[in-house]
Amino acid sequence: MALFFTKTHEWLLEGDDNTVTIGITNFAQEELGQLVFVNLPEAGDEITAGDAFADVESVKAVSDIMSPVSGTVLEINEELLDAPELINDAPYDAWFVKVGEITYHEDMLSEDEYNTFVEEEKA
Amino acid sequence: MELIFEIGSKGRHLSLLPECDVPKVELGEKYRRTDAPHLPELSENEISRHYTKLAGRTHGVNDGFYPLGSCTMKYNPKVNEEAAALKGFNRIHPLQDPSTVKGALKVMKMAEDALCEITGMDAFTMQPSAGAHGEFTGLLLIKAYHTDRGDMARTKIIVPDSAHGTNPASAAMCGYQVVSIPSGPDGCVDLDALRAAVGPDTAGLMLTNPNTVGLFDKNILDITKIVHEAGGLCYYDGANLNAVMGIVRPGDMGFDCIHSNLHKTFSTPHGGGGPGAGPVGCKKFLARYLPGLCIEEKADGEFDLVKAPGSMGSVKAFNGNFLVVVRALTYILMMGKEGIPEASSNAVLNANYMRVKLSDDFKMAYDTTCMHEFVMDLSPLVKETGVNALDVAKGMLDYGIHPPTMYFPLIVHEALMVEPTETEPKEVLDQCIDVLHEICDIAHTDPDYLHGAPHDTVIGRPDEVEAARHPVVRYTWE
Repeated sequence: MALFFTKTHEWLLEGDDNTVTIGITNFAQEELGQLVFVNLPEAGDEITAGDAFADVESVKAVSDIMSPVSGTVLEINEELLDAPELINDAPYDAWFVKVGEITYHEDMLSEDEYNTFVEEEKA
Repeated sequence: MELIFEIGSKGRHLSLLPECDVPKVELGEKYRRTDAPHLPELSENEISRHYTKLAGRTHGVNDGFYPLGSCTMKYNPKVNEEAAALKGFNRIHPLQDPSTVKGALKVMKMAEDALCEITGMDAFTMQPSAGAHGEFTGLLLIKAYHTDRGDMARTKIIVPDSAHGTNPASAAMCGYQVVSIPSGPDGCVDLDALRAAVGPDTAGLMLTNPNTVGLFDKNILDITKIVHEAGGLCYYDGANLNAVMGIVRPGDMGFDCIHSNLHKTFSTPHGGGGPGAGPVGCKKFLARYLPGLCIEEKADGEFDLVKAPGSMGSVKAFNGNFLVVVRALTYILMMGKEGIPEASSNAVLNANYMRVKLSDDFKMAYDTTCMHEFVMDLSPLVKETGVNALDVAKGMLDYGIHPPTMYFPLIVHEALMVEPTETEPKEVLDQCIDVLHEICDIAHTDPDYLHGAPHDTVIGRPDEVEAARHPVVRYTWE
């Protein structure tokens, strides 16, 4: 299963049967700071590439999480609702949603491409 | 410091209550509480000392500089309090016959006339109790207008991405869908993005001008024209009125309705949770939908309280926070026609003085002449030293200065938003400038010192993350 990244700092893990699991990257959680609240869609919701499908709240601000794919939410990580700190502790384990019936996805970056992109952002 | 529940002594109380002179009634068993309520038991002396001690631990504009961006923490002249303390204003009841409160009604009418003159509107309601409440009321005006015309397709409110968070929240409360449009590189509305966003589904646009980064949007006439041509209305968020009062009027910029934060612009105390006042003004064609009762002065000097023909109802009881209106009118009359624009000019001058003096050590988010406030972008400092906007803000506390607004607007990373207001003398501005330069030096030599700031305040750095994740919002007894 392949791991991809976006320029808006989400990660995607490709699953079987045209599904993906989406979370936010380590760089994203570092930039956001300690998270105190997470708002997730509901299973069954349609989400659209380029639109916000979730938001996270730090002590500084609320930030939208953009969807890199269009599809239907199959499952959400309910654990995050009570423990948003999991995103800070282990961003690549703390998945947000599993999405299926994907009709469209935006351009993805490989891990190397994403790391280069982040270095450029930092510079 | 001890809480009020932790001081005093069992059985201690005030003896100010008169003897009961009505028949006693026994409540039925099921209505009676089984435990005595937890009430503080103190003498008046102890209560007075407790609150005086508490007051000593806060920081208000009477204690020192308070450059909290977008909040206009100007000094509140004491004469406002004198007016608000007059018995004819504070010993009256809203249900009294209008003929017995002519003075109070005259005050409301004079305040309405003054606000109309300053903002270029035709009518005002004093009901809304603060800014966001005003936004909600203003949007209800817009909604009433479209609904009245049978134009039900207008479901969207356009809000720039630099807007106050309350703007989209108010629009959502009104049942509108919020369309966020990006700001251009100059911090102002991107006209092309606006043109692309408007259409037959546009109910209106919400805007502050000067905007949230402290810049006057020079395209304002084009902006309101684009929205009007699409059939939408324009709402002016009066949060930043202090920059332009008596100089340029929202009504002349093309806005159809506005709120004014009396507690900011017209100098009534705020920052402790109120009360505020957010009167909503509108052009003549919207006045028929205003909430509450409008005051009409008759030729014989009497007043009528009249419900607007298409009134939306009431958004607050009676006439809003009347004594805030008394204070604001006092301020307006004391300042006069010359003083009002002079205050705005000085507010802008003070902000630009600080901005220029700080430009050597701090990056400005927009390197151009600002209005009444300016935004510093501390991301270069973070990169160089690891000291962020929060650390700098906390560091300022050790110098007896209230920090600026942090991390807002969201379009600027590591933002510190400074609004000095017109009421600060040059020495105070200079002291704050020196403090910020000193903090910048410390950031380069001893960043850890700032990570641990404040060092000299009663309360250090609260654990904001823990407080947000596991809030304890009330006292519990053992």
